[in-house]
Amino acid sequence: MVPRTNILGKRVGKIDPGSLPAYVASGGFLALRKALTLQPEEIVHEIMAAHLIGRGGAAFSAGFKWAAVRRETARPKYVVCNADESEPGTFKDRYLLEGDPFRIVEAMAISAYAVGANRGFLYVRGEYPLAYKRLAHAVAESRRAGYLGLNLWNTEFCFDIEIYRGAGAYVCGEETALFESIEGRRGQPRLKPPFPTTNGLFGQPTLINNVETLANVPDIVLNGGQWYRTLGPLTNPGPKLYAVSGHVRKPGVYEATMDLTLQELIYELAGGIPGGRRVQAVLVGGAAGTFLRPDQLDVALGFDTLRTIGATLGSGAVMVLDDSVDLWNVLRRVTRFFQHESCGKCFPCQLGTQRQAEIVTRLAAGNVHPGDGAALTDIGLTMRDASICGLGQMASSALLSAFSQFSLLPREDEL
Amino acid sequence: MTEEVRCTIDGRMVSVPAGTTILEAARQVGRDIPTLCHHEALTASGMCRICSVEIEGARTLVPACATVVREDTVIHTRSERVDRSRKVILEMLASASDVSEAPDILAYAETYNADLSRFADGEKRTYDIVDDNPFYIRDYNKCILCGRCVQACGTDMQFTFALTTAGRGFHSHITTFFDQPLPESVCVFCGNCVGVCPTNALQPKQEWLLEQGANWDEIRAQTKKPRRH
Repeated sequence: MVPRTNILGKRVGKIDPGSLPAYVASGGFLALRKALTLQPEEIVHEIMAAHLIGRGGAAFSAGFKWAAVRRETARPKYVVCNADESEPGTFKDRYLLEGDPFRIVEAMAISAYAVGANRGFLYVRGEYPLAYKRLAHAVAESRRAGYLGLNLWNTEFCFDIEIYRGAGAYVCGEETALFESIEGRRGQPRLKPPFPTTNGLFGQPTLINNVETLANVPDIVLNGGQWYRTLGPLTNPGPKLYAVSGHVRKPGVYEATMDLTLQELIYELAGGIPGGRRVQAVLVGGAAGTFLRPDQLDVALGFDTLRTIGATLGSGAVMVLDDSVDLWNVLRRVTRFFQHESCGKCFPCQLGTQRQAEIVTRLAAGNVHPGDGAALTDIGLTMRDASICGLGQMASSALLSAFSQFSLLPREDEL
Repeated sequence: MTEEVRCTIDGRMVSVPAGTTILEAARQVGRDIPTLCHHEALTASGMCRICSVEIEGARTLVPACATVVREDTVIHTRSERVDRSRKVILEMLASASDVSEAPDILAYAETYNADLSRFADGEKRTYDIVDDNPFYIRDYNKCILCGRCVQACGTDMQFTFALTTAGRGFHSHITTFFDQPLPESVCVFCGNCVGVCPTNALQPKQEWLLEQGANWDEIRAQTKKPRRH
C-alpha cells in the first residue's frame, strides 16, 4: 500500500485559492481560533510532541526552534516564512503557496502567537509571481476580514504580515542571507552563532520556518501532536511533499508519509519511466542533493532512512534520470548552477564553485587531465568543511556522490 | 571578575576569560593559526576560512578568528581536514589572484605544502589598474577579497562607505558606488583602506610610481593635490 496522505494538499485544486470564504468554509482559521484559546507554551508543546521536522532541507526540529524563540525575553520578536524556494527540482512550496495561500497566513499567525511575536515577514521567491499575487491577496483579505490585525477575536494578540519578494538569488533561501536581504543589504549569509532564535531579523529573536513546515501547523494544533506522530514512521512523522521531475510519466507533487519508498514514488505515483527506458540515477534533494543508484530504489524517503545510506532528503526534490542521460552533462549543469549562485563571501565557496565548474565542464567535454579526481575531491571536501553556509557546504554533494555511486572518473592508469 | 572557560587546544588544557576567541586562546598557548582576512583593528568577518580549526563533534570546521571558546570543547588547530582546507584555499587563491606581493600567503603555502600552480588552468581575475587619484592606486589583480578595505571604509573605522563589494561569487570585486572614480565618490582619502590591505592591491601612489621607475619630478607631478576650481 502506498502511504499517500491528503493533509497538506487537501485544499489545493479543490477550492478557489483567492476566496477567503471558501477557505473558512473548508475549516480555515479554526486552528488559529483554537490556538488563541490555548497558552502559547501549550502550542509549542504540541509542536514538540508532534516531532515536526523542518521541511526546508536542513531537517532541524521545528519544536526546538519554537521553544528557543519562546524563551527569549528580548522584544520585539519576529516570525519569518521562508518561501524563497529555489532548489532546482523543488516546487512543493509553490504548490502550497499557489494552491492554499490562506493556510500559510494562518500558520504564521499561530507561530507568532506561540513564540510571542506580533509581526511576520513572508519572503517569496521573486520568480514566483503567481504565488506572490495569491499571497498578497490572501494577506490583504485576511486583514480586511479581521484575521490579521489588532486584537484578533478580542484577545490581546495582534499580528500582521509583510511580504517581501526575493530578487533571484538562490543564497537568499539561506536564513541569515534572507534576513540580510530583507534588511536591504547584500544577500550573504552571516556567521552562526549567533543563531536566528537569538539574533535574527534586525538582530531580534526570530522564528524562521519553511512554507511546508508551517503548512503542517494548523492540523497539529487542531488534532494534537500525538495524532501527528501516528502518521508514518515514529522518527519521521507527518505528511511530506515530494516534487518529482525528470523521466517519469506523471511529474508533479505527491504527498505521502515518510515510509514511502523511492520505488513507490517513481512507479506507483509518478507512473514509471516512459519510452520503455530504465532508471540510470535519481538525484534526491536537488542540486544540493545526492545521487541514488537504480538498486537503491527500495529506500524509504525519510530524513533518517536516507541518511543511513549516505544520502539526504533535502527539500524533497526527486529528479529521475533514465539511461539516455549523460551524467557528466548533469554534473556540468549542477556545478555551473553553484558557480553562478555562490555569493562570494567565503573563499572556499567563492573559489571552489568556480574551479569545480571549470574542471567538470572540461571533463563533460571528454577532456581528462591527470589529477582531476583528486582536485575535485579536494575542492569538494574543502567547500564542505570550511564554507560559511549550506550553499558551499553542499555545492559538491551531488558531484562527490556521483563519484562514490558510479565509477565516473577514469583511473590515473587509464589516462 | 570575568568568568573563565576551559577548553583543550591540541591536547593542552587552556583556561581563558569568557568571550575569548579560539584564535586568541591558541596564541596564548603558543599555537599559531594562520589568518588572512583577520585584522586586529577590524571586526572578524570569518570570510577567508584559512583559520578554520576542527572542534571535536562539530559537523564542519569553524573559523578560529570569529568563534568564541566554549566550555569543554576539544579543539585541533591542525588535522587532516584543517590542513586540506588551508592548502586548497591557498592553491585556489593563487590561481585567481596575483599573490606575489602577499607575503603571508607565500609563507603559508610553504607550511601547508600548497602547490600554487595547481589550478593554473583556471580563470584568473584580471583588471586594469585603477589610477584615478594622486594618493593611491587600486590593482585589483592582487585583490583576494578579504574585505578589510570595505570594513575600514565603513563601520569599523571611517564611516565613509566609499568602497563596497559588487558582483557575486568568483566575480565579486571591490569597487565604488556605480564604479565612480574615487575623486567623484565620497572617499576622503584617509588611507585606512591602504593601511589594512594585505596584498598591495591598494598601494600609495608615490611608492607605486617609484616601483615603475619614475623620477622625482614625474612623481611630484602625478601626486600633486588636485587644485580647487
